[in-house]
Amino acid sequence: MKIIKLLIIFIFLSALGGCGYNTLQTTDEQIKANWAEVVNQYQRRADLIPNLVETVKGFAGQERDVLLGVTNARAKVGAIQATPELVNDPQAFARFSQAQGELTSALSRLLVVVEKYPELKSDANFRDLQAQLEGTENRIAVARNRYIQAVREYNVVVRSFPSNLTAMLFGYKEKPQFAVENEKEISKPPKVDFGTPAPAAK
Amino acid sequence: MLRALLSAALAGLLACTAAAQVAVPQLKSRVTDMTRTLPAQSVMQLEQRLAAFEREKGTQVAVLLVPTVRPDSIEQYAVRVFEQWRLGRKGVDDGVLLVVAKNDRELRIEVGYGLEGVLTDATSNRIINDDIVPHFKRGEFAAGVEAGVVRILKVAGGEPLPPPATRSQRNSSLPFAPEWLIAIFVFLQVINQVLRTMLGRVLAASVLAALTGGVVWVIFHSVLAAVIGSVVVFVASIGDGTRGGRGGWSSGGGAWSSGSGGGGFSGGGGRSGGGGASGRW
Repeated sequence: MKIIKLLIIFIFLSALGGCGYNTLQTTDEQIKANWAEVVNQYQRRADLIPNLVETVKGFAGQERDVLLGVTNARAKVGAIQATPELVNDPQAFARFSQAQGELTSALSRLLVVVEKYPELKSDANFRDLQAQLEGTENRIAVARNRYIQAVREYNVVVRSFPSNLTAMLFGYKEKPQFAVENEKEISKPPKVDFGTPAPAAK
Repeated sequence: MLRALLSAALAGLLACTAAAQVAVPQLKSRVTDMTRTLPAQSVMQLEQRLAAFEREKGTQVAVLLVPTVRPDSIEQYAVRVFEQWRLGRKGVDDGVLLVVAKNDRELRIEVGYGLEGVLTDATSNRIINDDIVPHFKRGEFAAGVEAGVVRILKVAGGEPLPPPATRSQRNSSLPFAPEWLIAIFVFLQVINQVLRTMLGRVLAASVLAALTGGVVWVIFHSVLAAVIGSVVVFVASIGDGTRGGRGGWSSGGGAWSSGSGGGGFSGGGGRSGGGGASGRW
């Protein structure tokens, strides 16, 4: 009797595994981890900004609009609570990524303005800050990329048969993806550089 | 007509290859020079220096020179290489990658998670602009790479990390997650009980042992592991059930994992999240 019970439990468990329950768990957990990394890197960027604004102000105080734009965007980002549950709420998610996108463009305007101030550009403190900012932007890009991949994997599991039945049974829904217009890489125009030797010349 | 078609096909093919990403070269040694820029002498020296550093600290540093990374940016390419090479120890993530795209005139230091504390973005940026780029501007690639590596090792050596592990410790991760071991255990237990009622104790254990041996051999291609597995299963299932069995089967998992291991240089399973800095010359 005990054997049969064990057997039934085992078959049930393996059937559940076969219907993607374990995959759901794994991919869901992966999304959480990747999302935490995204939030983490956005936070890191937000933390850099006060210092950056102070430094730029010292050399280019007359660029008030641009500096204000960065400060305001930073404040807006700070007002949104970036909790792990954000992933499950498409609207909050959209607000979050929009606010972050505004901060991104405010920052790039700042970095364009900076080009006019050679003294600022050669300042050691500013150079370090700029390197940190670039590094953080790159980390954000990497973290977002990994999040996008994790969500894609998860969504495929949620939508394909037979794991969609398991997902329905346990209430797993599709997760929001970063919108394409946010993808900096795509919208960035191709770099034209006349300084490099043409590959054909070699 | 045919010629026109052929040339059109050829043009299409060329367009395809032009749009495709630059492949990540296979990791065979610590210094990979796809451009044949560095003299053999300096490659050897770098190799030795990096190998010695890994023996001493455990940190893996690799150098890669490629002609171009287009259409990727150097940042994207560096992350791809790092993901494939998995530099640094698993869990410690203490790997560093120096990528130079010679024709793009770009370079990048990609830093694993574990070293972000010492080899910060700002530090990496300084290494690139103060140590490497001046050499590269004069066309002295070997000197530039060497200066960069020396500085990277100096900086990376400053952070206290876990001491270097011996080879056997490094690939100690189980091929099976514990939950699978438990599932297999339950499964075998059930089969054993069923077989026992039909065949009797000794015969049931023999059949199970033979089956296990076969499965292990198929999965791991190792006769030794198969023999160990079947002996363990035989001993465990001929005994009286749960108590003797659990110890036996879980130790079998340990025996399987020690089978792998290879020569040459390979990444330890480290990860990076895009830390580091890029530069141009």
